[in-house]
Amino acid sequence: MKSKLVVIGNGMAGMRTVEELLKVAPEKYDITVFGAEPYGNYNRIMLSPVLTGEKTIEEIMINDLAWYEENNITLHAGADKEVVSIDRRKKTVQAKDGTSVSYDRLLFATGSNPFIIPLPGHELNGVIAFRDIADVDTMLAVAKKKKNAVIIGGGLLGLEAANGLMKQGMNVTVIHNVDVLMNRQLDQPSAKLLEQSLKERGLTFKLAAASKEIHDDGKGNVTAISFEDGEKLATDLIVMAVGVRPNIALAQKVGLHCDKGIFVNDTMQTYDPSIYAVGECVEHRGDTFGLVAPLFEQAKVCANHLAEHGIANYRSSAVATKLKVTGIDLFSAGDFHTDENSEEIVFQDPYRGVYKKVVIEDNKIKGTVLYGDTMDGSWYFQMMKDETDVSEMRDRLLFGQAHLGDSGTQGVSAVANLPDNAEICGCNGVCKGDIVNAIAAESLFTLDDVRDATKASASCGSCTGLVEQLIADTLGSDFNETEKRKSICRCTEYSHDEIRAAIPRNELKSFHAVSDFLEFSSPDGCHVCRPAINYYLLAQWPGEYKDDSRSRFINERSHANIQKDNTYSVVPRMWGGLTTPDELRAIADAAEKYNVPTVKVTGGQRIDLLGVAKEDLPKIWKDLNNAGMVSGHAYGKSLRTVKTCVGSTHCRFGTQDAMSMGVNVEKMSWGSWTPAKFKIAVSGCPRNCAEATIKDFGVVAVDSGWELYVGGNGGMKVRVSDFLTKVTTDEEVMEYAGAFMQMYREQGHHNERTAPWIERVGLNFIKDEMVENETQRKEFYARFLESQKYAQVDPWAERASKGVDVIDFVPLKQIN
Amino acid sequence: MSNWIEIGNLNDIPPLGSRVVKTNDVDIAVFRTANDEIFALRDQCPHKHGALSQGIVHGNRVTCPLHNWVISLEDGQAQGHDSGCTKTFNVKLDGETILLAV
Repeated sequence: MKSKLVVIGNGMAGMRTVEELLKVAPEKYDITVFGAEPYGNYNRIMLSPVLTGEKTIEEIMINDLAWYEENNITLHAGADKEVVSIDRRKKTVQAKDGTSVSYDRLLFATGSNPFIIPLPGHELNGVIAFRDIADVDTMLAVAKKKKNAVIIGGGLLGLEAANGLMKQGMNVTVIHNVDVLMNRQLDQPSAKLLEQSLKERGLTFKLAAASKEIHDDGKGNVTAISFEDGEKLATDLIVMAVGVRPNIALAQKVGLHCDKGIFVNDTMQTYDPSIYAVGECVEHRGDTFGLVAPLFEQAKVCANHLAEHGIANYRSSAVATKLKVTGIDLFSAGDFHTDENSEEIVFQDPYRGVYKKVVIEDNKIKGTVLYGDTMDGSWYFQMMKDETDVSEMRDRLLFGQAHLGDSGTQGVSAVANLPDNAEICGCNGVCKGDIVNAIAAESLFTLDDVRDATKASASCGSCTGLVEQLIADTLGSDFNETEKRKSICRCTEYSHDEIRAAIPRNELKSFHAVSDFLEFSSPDGCHVCRPAINYYLLAQWPGEYKDDSRSRFINERSHANIQKDNTYSVVPRMWGGLTTPDELRAIADAAEKYNVPTVKVTGGQRIDLLGVAKEDLPKIWKDLNNAGMVSGHAYGKSLRTVKTCVGSTHCRFGTQDAMSMGVNVEKMSWGSWTPAKFKIAVSGCPRNCAEATIKDFGVVAVDSGWELYVGGNGGMKVRVSDFLTKVTTDEEVMEYAGAFMQMYREQGHHNERTAPWIERVGLNFIKDEMVENETQRKEFYARFLESQKYAQVDPWAERASKGVDVIDFVPLKQIN
Repeated sequence: MSNWIEIGNLNDIPPLGSRVVKTNDVDIAVFRTANDEIFALRDQCPHKHGALSQGIVHGNRVTCPLHNWVISLEDGQAQGHDSGCTKTFNVKLDGETILLAV
């Protein structure tokens, strides 16, 4: 039996909460929504572009009526569906027309009401707010027939309304009670620049003005507004945009604790534990809300608690503002007023129309106002949120990130400063200009869109952050930040972790069992999810799940690396990087016999035979097998090599026998499949000639034992490994190596190396799980050894001598 | 009129797999889908000539092993934003016997 959730308010906060809830607990509730406007759910912050004609109502709809039906949500929309009473004891709500619905959980998302100044005449026809579609319709209708408009309120919304009406051909005067426009976001100098720029576009201002009375034509229509200073302005329309007040009338009526808004705790719960509230109607730790970003965060937290996951907390965070007036660059964030504890750094160039101010307190950015040149806005904002210490760079701070070099910036949003011909994606040779143009020309909104259209970030993915930043910069407020929880591919909404968790919980033992159970959009999956799920099944059910070669990437299916001309490379295993004259002779013979064009020493201390035809693979393997060599798995998401230095056997500095240790570790770990390739190295002294500190698992000998390192990477993004622990015996090295590999095998995402995995879960988590917790470490190690029982089979011998997958290596038919 | 040549049995190709028919001028990749439908394409991706027979088959499509272009088995067209086309060959099943038109 499902619980019943009733949502009062069909706006952005309420529906975002429902969307989040459907994502995490789609089956938990029967949902009923009450909304006073007769539409689906639309993006209220985009009303300004609708007014200017840059967007249509259809374009700003978020969920149309069909969406409610598809998700089995009962929608009661329209003026007569306004909720008028709630019986909290019986848990029912009642609408104006008598509709009564009972609830287990109730969500208030009643939003806010525009504040109407109670001037004489404020109830006349033609005096409106700027809040909903009806207001926009009124404005558009008046603009068609009449000439003059007055906007009361020179804040963000008022200026957007003024700009919109001006675009519709009206003469617009903006009335503001102080002489600083947008005084919540701007200081005096930047406000003057804005005022100047808007005047040049044709707006008229009357600042520091006190309105007195609204006049009519005797038939109830507005005709003019007069002021305390005696001036009287003729007008056909008055739009009041002087702020909003949380809509708490109903909450107060039913006795929920309210002050400015409905009181909620960090889980968005009101004083009545069955009732939650989100959005502009709430008051959280003394704050009320008017911008969209915090609403979305609240929605996420609230959904988490409605789903009874009970882990999220809401903390209000700083928000940044941009004015949606095309051609005006303005950015404001945080507190930009200086007091005795803070200081300001200002750059002013009135001729170019540029103004920048950064307010600093305790060497941290507290607020910023930028006008004319807002390129570094997101950079300042990020540093403000991160509480970055800026003392080192304050002398160059206002010149922007480009003048700072890379130190201290972590590369965040540096992409904004790059020229158009800067290469963003090195794999596919895609420049910044290509991406920016594609986003604009093809209306791309998501990372996947951009990957499809440009190939940027579609290969190795190391530029994903840059590409996301470019999308954010190009789209501005239209960009929905990519969610942290990413689906594995487009066949499903589920993430790697969710799929992994579903496999044991539901005893799923084949790809099709997974794709059926999780209702994949394509039953066979694709080249992304098939190999991933094949790996997860293999890791979950060792000895039971039969590896599906058709879900393997070609290299792992044919146990050799495909090259650009469709030939393959062959790398036999050399334990610990050691070889013998006999092995070298066999390799030389094989190279000659099969006309191998290139013989190369690899970075992992082995020999690579490149350019072998596919049909020859089983034959060359057979020859190498006969000389005692096995597959080196140089092609797999698997244990690759264990690189060693000579250690104490020969080296005058060596403290331990690194070669024997390397060979032993490799004998234990070879053949194992891992989420991504896995490299090990063993150095015989801290000089670290085997470069063990850029390997997934590194062992460095010291006089008293072995230091163990994890999460190193020498590839496209070099990462020095983290020190895990120090051990004294060889057995401990083996145990840690096996346990670490197993933990990674069980928890890493497919195609995620240990370096990003560790950065995702944190080194401390890994230490807690397998250094501090000895029992758990031994269990990991035992599970590793168990799975190795089935994994340590030489795939070359199976194909060369035992008839496995023979058909993969011979043509179906030769036609002459 | 095309000349139908017997090239093998349905079970010579694993489901979601592919085998190659070699001719004097081109290699032809013959695919078997999950529903036992058979398709044939020139074994060459329109992008950088990767061997499509070595790719992962999903639905009526194959992903090229070299750079992950996705090619339709039905018409040889590259999918998504990629553009390019691989020659298709007529192929049919007579019972379990696969016939290729050359």
